[in-house]
Amino acid sequence: MSEVTPNMYRYDEFDAEFVAERTAQFSEQVKRRLSGDLTEDQFKPLRLMNGLYLQLHAYMLRVAVPYGTLSSRQMRMLAHIARKYDRGYGHFTTRQNIQYNWPKLVDVPAILADLASVEMHAIQTSGNCIRNVTADHFAGAAADEIEDPRPLAEIVRQWSSLHPEFVFLPRKFKIAVSGAPNDRAALAYHDMAVEIVKNAEGLTGYKVFVGGGMGRTPYIAQVISDFVEKHDILAFMEAVLRVYNQQGRRDNIYKARIKILTNALGIEEMRRQVEREFVEIKTRGALQVPQEELDRITAYFAAPTFEALTDEMPDAGPDFANWVKSNVSQHRAPGYAIATITLKTPGQVPGDASADQMDTIADLMDRFSLGEVRVSHEQNLVLPHVRKRDLPAIYAKLKELDFASANAGLITDIIACPGLDYCDLANARSIPIAQRIAKKFEDLERQQAIGELKIKISGCINACGHHHAGHIGILGVDKKGVEFYQLLLGGSGAQDASIGEIMGPGFGEDEIADAVERVVEVYLAQRKPDERFLDTYRRIGMAPFKDAAFQKEAA
Amino acid sequence: MLTANRLRDGDVLYRKGDGWTLILAEGTVYREKAQADAALADAQAELVRNEFVAPYLFEVREVNGQIRPVKEREIIRAAGPTVRTDLGKQAGNVNV
Repeated sequence: MSEVTPNMYRYDEFDAEFVAERTAQFSEQVKRRLSGDLTEDQFKPLRLMNGLYLQLHAYMLRVAVPYGTLSSRQMRMLAHIARKYDRGYGHFTTRQNIQYNWPKLVDVPAILADLASVEMHAIQTSGNCIRNVTADHFAGAAADEIEDPRPLAEIVRQWSSLHPEFVFLPRKFKIAVSGAPNDRAALAYHDMAVEIVKNAEGLTGYKVFVGGGMGRTPYIAQVISDFVEKHDILAFMEAVLRVYNQQGRRDNIYKARIKILTNALGIEEMRRQVEREFVEIKTRGALQVPQEELDRITAYFAAPTFEALTDEMPDAGPDFANWVKSNVSQHRAPGYAIATITLKTPGQVPGDASADQMDTIADLMDRFSLGEVRVSHEQNLVLPHVRKRDLPAIYAKLKELDFASANAGLITDIIACPGLDYCDLANARSIPIAQRIAKKFEDLERQQAIGELKIKISGCINACGHHHAGHIGILGVDKKGVEFYQLLLGGSGAQDASIGEIMGPGFGEDEIADAVERVVEVYLAQRKPDERFLDTYRRIGMAPFKDAAFQKEAA
Repeated sequence: MLTANRLRDGDVLYRKGDGWTLILAEGTVYREKAQADAALADAQAELVRNEFVAPYLFEVREVNGQIRPVKEREIIRAAGPTVRTDLGKQAGNVNV
């Protein structure tokens, strides 16, 4: 099958040289570690700067997927790496990245060289730096979009890659961007987030949020500027980073994120300090994004030339219609659609894909989606530009892959971190809980009757599984050596962002799925027409859900 | 018992005598704290050989005549992911 090159950023000579140099540098560092010239204490920060962790069973390599965009060529390389160097699969993460769970240290230089050959790397996927920038996975395709956020994401990527001032921040720093009023990028849970908006004069610019985050102390980000002009955005972001870099706590890892600083200072004082830095940076005239550079990068992401098509949805049977109902979203161009491939068929490991499945998806990308796919923070893949008339063929192929579940946004479309099955930090397993809940609610009619319900599971307080943002969140804890699971209700990572409330004592591994079912039954009994689970929870509060979860009789 | 990860590939190791084994059941069980602490000290002194990293002690107990880690974490570490029984030591899937 001929490879299609999508409209996305292509490395220039600086990018290529930068990644090649880093790959060669890390290759030498690995050699020096193996020969003993570097101790583990010296080597550990170097490997982490290149995304290489030591986990429960083996090393783990986290590869950056900038703002979640992949070409078919890159997807085939990810499959190749899984097959050649790993155990035949990869895991798509809640930060739009991919992780390999079993690479050997001695192979990592070769893996990085293979990645560099398709303009990919693992730089800044770990450590106290600005991490891989994430974006709305429908970027450039969504019908509700003001503007494609990926050019900004790419500018931020370039600005933040080895930025000399921000390589050793107090703690990691995560940035998300979105160009639509419907927040699909969990902006409110990021250290800094940018939403593309139009002001009263009709000018397009950026609304900037700071201080969001999950983990031990969750916070919803607050607006630090309602409108930053386009050419000023890097100056403004740099001002935020400067305030954080100077004042963020380095004495206590649990209080080191910008969310703690923002809430300690208060948003007004934070705003004042950022404004002061912003004025200083602007006065010096630095960091204005030149229009020609903005235009050059924007051109890479030019909208494809869409065919003039009629907008009918093909009829291909009831299973297909169900899939369309949940997994197909409105595209900006008539006759086109956005298709979500949920890597969540009940029983599957959320986010995992085998090398063969990746290769087949790459073929689908070339045949039907202009060579492009997106990784979503919900651990799904998205074909952003497909003709509606091609959807039946795509669906048929996805069925062969066992990736055709009609469950996007439904109760079985569960986010789960790797948990204690893989992660060195985890206190409890996440994946088996996701599998049990998904199997319990496998019946599609039941899922559809329940409607939108987002379950998110983390195996520890670090919250890689976004449990604070789940309509139903589940947090795994260690209770005297035994896995235990706390329920949280009422979280949201969307434009109506909220932090889930902890229900109380937890449930055992064998109890948690039943407890979730009882919570869902309360919703079904109490909901008003058109109410989602989240709406009902917000209306009636925790008590009835808690009583049911713990099987108390209503008073 | 004493465990670590092999430097070159990350495989989980268990202390066996003065060396290491990939199989938990073959590892040395230290019945006295002083023995365990001494083994850990020896391993830490051997870090300069650059063959393994991150040694630490963990608790085990005897269940039906077999040695089993006390904590779930170490049970999973010794076997492999519970959600992929085709992978890890439980599947004989180790780097040689």
